[in-house]
Amino acid sequence: MTLRRVTFLAGLLVSAVAAADIRVAIVGPLTGPQAAFGEQMRRGSEMAVVDLNAKGGVLGQKLILEVGDDACDPKQAVAVANQMVNRKVVFVAGHFCSSTSIPASDVYNEEGVLQISPASTNPQLTDRGLKNVFRTCGRDDQQGKVAGEYIAKHYKNVNVAILHDRSTYGKGLADETKKTLNGLGKQEALYEAITAGEKDYSALVSKLKSANIGLIYFGGYHAEAGLIARQSRAQGLKAPIMGGDALVTEEYWAITGSAGEGTMMTFSPDPARNPMAKPVVDKFLKQGYKPEGYTLYSYGAFQAWAQAVQKAGSTKADAVAKVLRSGEKFDTLLGQISFDAKGDVTAPGYVVYVWKNGKYDYAPK
Amino acid sequence: MAYFLQQLINGVTLGMIYGLIAIGYTMVYGIIGMINFAHGEIYMIGAFIAVIAFGVIGVLGISFVPLALLIVLIVTMVFTAAYGWTLERVAYRPLRDAPRLAPLISAIGMSFFLTNYVAIVQGARVKPLQPVIRGDFIVYDDGVFSVHLTYVQMLIWTLTLVLMAVFAYLIGRTAFGRAQRCVQQDRVMAGLVGIDVDRTIAATFVIGAALASVAGMMVALYYGVVDFFMGFLAGIKAFTAAVLGGIGSLPGAILGGLLLGLVESLWSAYFSIEYKDVAAFSILVLVLIFRPTGLLGRPEVEKV
Repeated sequence: MTLRRVTFLAGLLVSAVAAADIRVAIVGPLTGPQAAFGEQMRRGSEMAVVDLNAKGGVLGQKLILEVGDDACDPKQAVAVANQMVNRKVVFVAGHFCSSTSIPASDVYNEEGVLQISPASTNPQLTDRGLKNVFRTCGRDDQQGKVAGEYIAKHYKNVNVAILHDRSTYGKGLADETKKTLNGLGKQEALYEAITAGEKDYSALVSKLKSANIGLIYFGGYHAEAGLIARQSRAQGLKAPIMGGDALVTEEYWAITGSAGEGTMMTFSPDPARNPMAKPVVDKFLKQGYKPEGYTLYSYGAFQAWAQAVQKAGSTKADAVAKVLRSGEKFDTLLGQISFDAKGDVTAPGYVVYVWKNGKYDYAPK
Repeated sequence: MAYFLQQLINGVTLGMIYGLIAIGYTMVYGIIGMINFAHGEIYMIGAFIAVIAFGVIGVLGISFVPLALLIVLIVTMVFTAAYGWTLERVAYRPLRDAPRLAPLISAIGMSFFLTNYVAIVQGARVKPLQPVIRGDFIVYDDGVFSVHLTYVQMLIWTLTLVLMAVFAYLIGRTAFGRAQRCVQQDRVMAGLVGIDVDRTIAATFVIGAALASVAGMMVALYYGVVDFFMGFLAGIKAFTAAVLGGIGSLPGAILGGLLLGLVESLWSAYFSIEYKDVAAFSILVLVLIFRPTGLLGRPEVEKV
């Protein structure tokens, strides 16, 4: 709140000089089961906007940050997208869930709003050829490839179960991993879909145990993964869980406790270890907030957008998109990034992390 | 065999939780002929109160587990019952003589209100509760598969059975139970012979809420996670259980709950988990085709 007020005051101060302010937005799940990730995105965006304004804004104008909540619900996402259009927002950093980013991107495309998702990893987001859509995170086909190869290498003679939660993100990720794994000549022992939002996965766990599963690959979010981990340990199933980027939150460990020990996940190399990110990371830590997961990816999205706008000399989505797509390098705390013709970041890719004692770190290669 | 036994244990545990929530639906339907759509939220509130109570107990430093459980149980039941009472007072009593649709809609309104109230007051995040009771028995081990029965599952079974017994006694043998059955049969006549109808209905809501809160507390203990939208799915499942067993019938609620839990876990055990809800609802449809009033429901003449 205070940050927004600061932004607002900063906006007031310069309103005498600047003709109009530029409205930008962060949209993500601020409520609902994925709220932890929405919080990461909001924190990163607020800090980015304050920092950009402190340096004189963009094109000499101050940025005003709008915050939208899509609750990871596709219907609400479209409503929020329209709301942002009505508020004359020119740039949206969002959304989080692939199932909300994709429908919202159609609205933004029609209305000429530039969208950079810091977190939606489903290939469909950029594969549909929309000219206004970009992302600073990786794609599930890259992520699934890394996961599949890791499993084939380290769990060669172990029964692997592949599960997903039927969400766009979860199923997409599970299927990409399955494809890689099958391509490497390893068949999964079990492939199942669960219902997200349920609490009882004991029947599933018994089934996994009976199939003598030694590794559970789960495409889905942290709440369900955490429940599966806990219920596995309660039934004496020792198989570790491996998941995707949606487990990169300390909330996962809060749910599992020691049952989360050994859980693996794929995520981009931690941007917080990037020397360019250090001043921002320190600022977050000073506020008592650990910039986890997608915090810095949201910050980076704003940096890339701001630089593209400066270069284009306009906030119009077409012009900015052209600059972003030109292969031009942008200096962000994620490192020097550029975007390919689809709008995907030519990024550092994915590495495997492992949870240990309530913290996560790179897994042994 | 061992695998089947394990799935049976899973199913019965789940079924008992469904059953406890279903009793609230069935009781309210029995007495005022209306589905209480806010009942799932009452269960959710019960779970939250239990988690908060465990937190407070942790701060107070009560480490003797049975005592802690007893305190949490009582606190949860009392506070959730208060919510149940308020719900009836706010959403039902003013509309007692209104057309049937009105209280139905006010109940749905209460359901939205309670969900968002908890989301605002407690935050939208998932609230974890670290295991309070650890440990299990290995009931059976055939060398390939070991059947685990956790202490929490045993607690759920015991608590449900004890509550059922108390409840059956309350309805069958006490003055309150007589009044309750009386109001159920004919509200106007019950009032004429000196039964306080309003108080009896309020008490029904209170009891339903208390039982749902026990389910909430057990879910918090068993799964270790509560969130503000957990009432919706559980509410739908429990409502299905109530209809399956015959809405208005108390043994029916438990039977329906157990059946639903068993169908879900046994279907998951031998077929694709993706379709377990399809299986559960298909059974519901089949039962309703051949027995429109549910398994143990008595045909009703006039009520909708």
